[in-house]
Amino acid sequence: MRAPDDTPKSRTGDVLLSVEDVSLAFGGVKAINGVSFDIRQGEIRAIIGPNGAGKTSMLNVINGFYHPQQGRITFKGRTRAKMRPYEAAAGGIARTFQNVALFRGMSALDNIMAGRTLKMKRSMFWHLLRFGPAMREEVEHRHFVEEIIDFLKIQEIRRTPVGRLPYGLQKRVELGRALAMEPELLLLDEPMAGMNLEEKEDMSRFILDVNDYYGTTIALIEHDMGVVMDLSDRVVVLDHGLKIADGTPAEVMKNQAVIDAYLGVSH
Amino acid sequence: MLYREAGQFKTSYVADQAIFPIRQDRIGLAVILIAAFVGVPLFGSDFFISAVMVPLLVFSLAAIGLNILTGYTGLLSLGTGGFMGVGAFACYKLTTVFPDVNIIIWVLVSGFFSCGIGILFGLPSLRIKGFYLAVATLSAQFFLDWAFVRIPWLVNNNTSGAIEVPTRTLLGIPVTGPTAQPEVRYLVILSVVTLLTVIASNLVHGRIGRSWMAVRDMDLAAELMGIRLYRTKLLAFAVSSYYCGVAGALMVFFWYGSAEPAVFGIDQSFFILFMVIIGGLGSLVGSFFGAALIYGMPIILKGVVAMVGLQITPATVEHLTFMTVGALIILFLIIEPAGLARLWQIGKQKLRVWPFPY
Repeated sequence: MRAPDDTPKSRTGDVLLSVEDVSLAFGGVKAINGVSFDIRQGEIRAIIGPNGAGKTSMLNVINGFYHPQQGRITFKGRTRAKMRPYEAAAGGIARTFQNVALFRGMSALDNIMAGRTLKMKRSMFWHLLRFGPAMREEVEHRHFVEEIIDFLKIQEIRRTPVGRLPYGLQKRVELGRALAMEPELLLLDEPMAGMNLEEKEDMSRFILDVNDYYGTTIALIEHDMGVVMDLSDRVVVLDHGLKIADGTPAEVMKNQAVIDAYLGVSH
Repeated sequence: MLYREAGQFKTSYVADQAIFPIRQDRIGLAVILIAAFVGVPLFGSDFFISAVMVPLLVFSLAAIGLNILTGYTGLLSLGTGGFMGVGAFACYKLTTVFPDVNIIIWVLVSGFFSCGIGILFGLPSLRIKGFYLAVATLSAQFFLDWAFVRIPWLVNNNTSGAIEVPTRTLLGIPVTGPTAQPEVRYLVILSVVTLLTVIASNLVHGRIGRSWMAVRDMDLAAELMGIRLYRTKLLAFAVSSYYCGVAGALMVFFWYGSAEPAVFGIDQSFFILFMVIIGGLGSLVGSFFGAALIYGMPIILKGVVAMVGLQITPATVEHLTFMTVGALIILFLIIEPAGLARLWQIGKQKLRVWPFPY
């Protein structure tokens, strides 16, 4: 685990990830059309836009699930035309999903332990024995996972199969699973969808804490404007696959194109 | 009241990660193992050992194999019979070509042949899922069926076209062939099954088992977490086929004594699949329960008919057992679709709070 950063930091560091001129089409439907933006180290970057604007597609491009037809992605100084899911994960990009995508048959603890898979190095041979190095490794990672469980305050549900948990807790376990990967860039797809006010406040607090305590860069998609304006450092606005605005929350809110996209324009 | 974990505190993660964290479970397991290793050979009749316990263990092992693939990784396979056959034929070829090497080593090695074939037929699993994959494994079953009949080299060109198990010894005691005692065959099978069950349990409780279950529950999320789907699925195919292959070799060498290719047919695949579904998908203990129910129930039913003293022909008894077993399976699936393993868990949970459930 990275040491907590006590010194007050400037909010934005170097560019961690940038997408340039990315286009993605499914047959004739252009989901993303020549979008460029960047995400800086340590910031909370929001991606907003009306339904069908291409926000989730953008996240899928960033972590390699969709391969764009055009454009470049630069992550930690390495430029490539497309990411692969394994490379993205190994490079430190973690992700939560719009509809909770937990492993329903497994306990909360096992779900979060599964997030450590990439960090576990012991070979098949030791796993057959579950003894010596394999067990030591398991315990070592268990320590890390228990810290996350404490951090997210989900101690009492660690043995519960996640399928039985209420929605708000499932979202929290999913955040835990992403954190277990020790990501440098955390992609959150609508972390507050379907939550009540209290749960939203909790989740916002966790997101700020993750950013603050672990120093994780966060890109999030969210529909709740209040949350977006409060949490994010910079906002990029997509509409119909095009980027229509990019800037601080205050700037974006005043942008006429954004207001038009959300409220509609009379022709 | 006896089954309670109150007062058993875990002070280390090693203890907490133990496969049987509750003391009573460990005692129960020890009792079962002692009964199986000492009690059964001492007090069991020859019939009980060779017609009940030996088949039960063989089917349990095959069910564990299929459970790793279907229950833990979520890949439906109908090729179990074929994979068992690969193990049996490989073991036969190995022991006839190299008769001096111990038969138990060959049984364990023959699983690797089945493993290779399993990986080969698992290759389509990245692209296809569910029923379509089941059809692909069905092709494996039919191809292997065909190969066992049509390639006489597999049975050393003998005229019967069947595996005839030669006598092999361990420390001077015959363990296979017509002269082997049921107790000896039983103990060999029990040791192999115990060893492989421990290994399976180790695998499913660690990183590898978690990746299997992750692929089963949500392959998309698993992939984006850096679990490589193809490798994970192929590993499941490999381990699963290994278990099925060893089960097949044990079946022929330590139970049947000789076997025609027909015993590795599609019926066998379905038989094992029923055991896994009834026992509980994704549960090792369920594999044993399923094997006991599916294989044991007809035996018990026949016993009941004999005890009642009904005067009916054996053929009618056969039909009756088929019908009763079928009805019971449907009944079980209605009562508890998650299998006997779930019933077992619920039972333990109830016992934990008994007699004061509130």
